[in-house]
Amino acid sequence: MKAEAKLMLGLGLFFGLMCAVYWNWSLENAGGVMMFAGMLLGFLPGGYFYWWSRRMKARPEDDPYATQAGGAGVIGSFPGTSIWPFTMGMGAFLVVLALVFGIWFLIPGLGLVGWAVLGGTSEGRRGGKV
Amino acid sequence: MTDVLNPPVTTPSDDHGHEEHHGPTGILKWITTTDHKVIGLSYTVTSVLMLVIGGLFAEIIRFQLATPNANLVSLAQYNELFTMHGSVMIYLFAGPFAFGGLANIIVPIQIGAPDMAFPRLNALSYWLYLTGAITMLAGFFTAGGAANFGWVAYAPLSNSINTPGAGADLWIGGLLLTGFSAIFTGVNLTATIFYLRAPGMTMFRMPIFTWNMLVTGILILLAFPVLTAGLVMLYCDRHFGTHIYSVTGGGVPVLWQHIFWFWGHPEVYILALPFFGMVTEIIPVFSRKPVFGYKGMIFATLSIAALSLGVWAHHMFTTGVVLLPFFSIMSLLIAVPTGIKIFNWIGTMWRGQIWFSTAMLMAIGFVVTFLIGGLTGIYLASPPLDFFTHDTYFVVAHFHSVVMALVLGGMAGLYYWGPKITGYLLNERYGKIQFWFLFIGTQVFTFPQYLLGLRGMPRRVAIYAHDPQWKLLNDWSTIGAILIGVSTLIFVVNVAVSWKKYPAGDNPWDAHTLEWFTTSPPPHHNFYRLPQIRSERPTWDYNHPEHRSLGHGKHPGLGDPHPEVVED
Ligand code: HEM
Ligand SMILES: [Cu+2]
Repeated sequence: MKAEAKLMLGLGLFFGLMCAVYWNWSLENAGGVMMFAGMLLGFLPGGYFYWWSRRMKARPEDDPYATQAGGAGVIGSFPGTSIWPFTMGMGAFLVVLALVFGIWFLIPGLGLVGWAVLGGTSEGRRGGKV
Repeated sequence: MTDVLNPPVTTPSDDHGHEEHHGPTGILKWITTTDHKVIGLSYTVTSVLMLVIGGLFAEIIRFQLATPNANLVSLAQYNELFTMHGSVMIYLFAGPFAFGGLANIIVPIQIGAPDMAFPRLNALSYWLYLTGAITMLAGFFTAGGAANFGWVAYAPLSNSINTPGAGADLWIGGLLLTGFSAIFTGVNLTATIFYLRAPGMTMFRMPIFTWNMLVTGILILLAFPVLTAGLVMLYCDRHFGTHIYSVTGGGVPVLWQHIFWFWGHPEVYILALPFFGMVTEIIPVFSRKPVFGYKGMIFATLSIAALSLGVWAHHMFTTGVVLLPFFSIMSLLIAVPTGIKIFNWIGTMWRGQIWFSTAMLMAIGFVVTFLIGGLTGIYLASPPLDFFTHDTYFVVAHFHSVVMALVLGGMAGLYYWGPKITGYLLNERYGKIQFWFLFIGTQVFTFPQYLLGLRGMPRRVAIYAHDPQWKLLNDWSTIGAILIGVSTLIFVVNVAVSWKKYPAGDNPWDAHTLEWFTTSPPPHHNFYRLPQIRSERPTWDYNHPEHRSLGHGKHPGLGDPHPEVVED
């Protein structure tokens, strides 16, 4: 976790410096704001990783001497198949078509998106299919 | 849902660690899959199809330009063609091919993970990409035709008065969909690489391709939301009467350029870094050496990415309202890490036992062509030169050197990893013929364009002055385009000819990284067993215990009595 934290904090620091130099020199706001946001994108996850890295011992993937057997065990749950991404994708498609061809596309579009949100969430709780 | 176990060392797991996968078949399998390999393959096939479609547009453009006053297409159609050529190639081919296709398949396997961190989000990315592509291309079937304001959609050309019509809105809508698709892929890549590595796979043992995809993922997260926000504002300007990009209502047209290029320049590295990574995997394997300067490569990748966020306005030098010295210096600085990479690739090949397979040839072609594009980029990064070459064919030539290098790199990736993905090798003879057509075609295609630009031919014109020099150079460029088109046909023929013909085995290239440890194609959830990971070349170490990798900077006989103990 330490390496990850350093990476993100380092990027944040770099963007912060660049933002300071650029904004003071150019007085141009669009770029200044965007670089400031870039800095946050480094510091927020970086800070989170750093916070965790101080509170946990090295994970097997951070340990250069870890054995495969030492890391054995459940590493997570992965869905085998799921229909909900497709449902949501088609919903999003219709929502975008509503921008072009008429507002009524929103009805089936948002309907599908909502259905997929509900379906996907409950699938996660139920355990879904292999 | 399946609970996935970390497979234990070298015991073929018949009881646990993997499960037989009985799922739906046929079209339902495709629609419901969350397996990163199937999704990645869908991405690859779709994006190669986009390459062909975009390539067809390009051939029409080149035939129009073969004579000064041709009327193969109307002026309006020409605008649609170059807009959609650029859009299809940048938004629908290059990016999705790299981060949705090959990276999606290879990254989890390279770090010993069973899948991407968020498999369902990954599937959603693909559906958004596919529907986005359909949306954008649907413009051709509307009354007003497809979008025609160039792939950069500059304000005020892109407002509702100058380009009314559904084609432009479909372009915006398509980009909203593919934009979210890219963001989700970025989230997935970073989360996978941070959280799903196999035991012992420390950050500084990850293959360079995985490193580059991590950095690409971070860059996506930095850049794409900006574009998506900009597009929403563009849509509001067009339809809801806001005046964000129009002077009349107190807006600022050049704001669009800032937003677009704040995404646009990082995007060129979002496109380039994955291919840097592919080539960095391929060159060591076919030079039979470890990569030269592993940490230097990572440092170069990181600094390229960091700097690329501070150079966007080198596309806006001629607007007269940007800070020239800042953007010029930052752009020139990028040449340094890029140079480090080029030297490291050469250093890897240096005194290696080079095997000139198709993948290796394509990779070398990538390095050469990218070098040409990078060097002319340095010219353009200098404002006094850019004032003369901006919006001429010199710029067109510059970025075609770069992006054609990416096509070469992508082909290298397909020849190298294709066998892992499908289980079958491609024919090497056809591959090499394809390489020569592609490589020579690329240079014949771009070189005259550099000269045309220097002689003042503007870009984005359908007809041009009767100047025998311009005509001759355009003819050469068209010939180059034909050679490139032929190379694509050879690739299609090669796929057909070698269909399921040459079984690949697990590790046809005697390669170094984890994806070559598992079967070809890999099983559901990727691994039956994993080797001990003690360096960035675990598969090599396993297969060649007598030539195991040493720690970074260590050399045999230089006071390292325990080569099997590797520390970073
Ligand atoms: C050493 C690195 C590079 C430098 C210094 C550089 C510099 C530049 C500059 C200054 C321009 C603007 C020219 C003008 O419009 O007057 C430009 C255009 C462009 N570059 Fe690069 N470039 C580099 C690498 C790349 C890479 C890696 C890619 C793509 C993967 C790329 C793609 C493009 C594209 C697409 C354009 C044209 C955009 C348009 O349509 O106006 N460049 N480059
Ligand atoms: Cu640029």
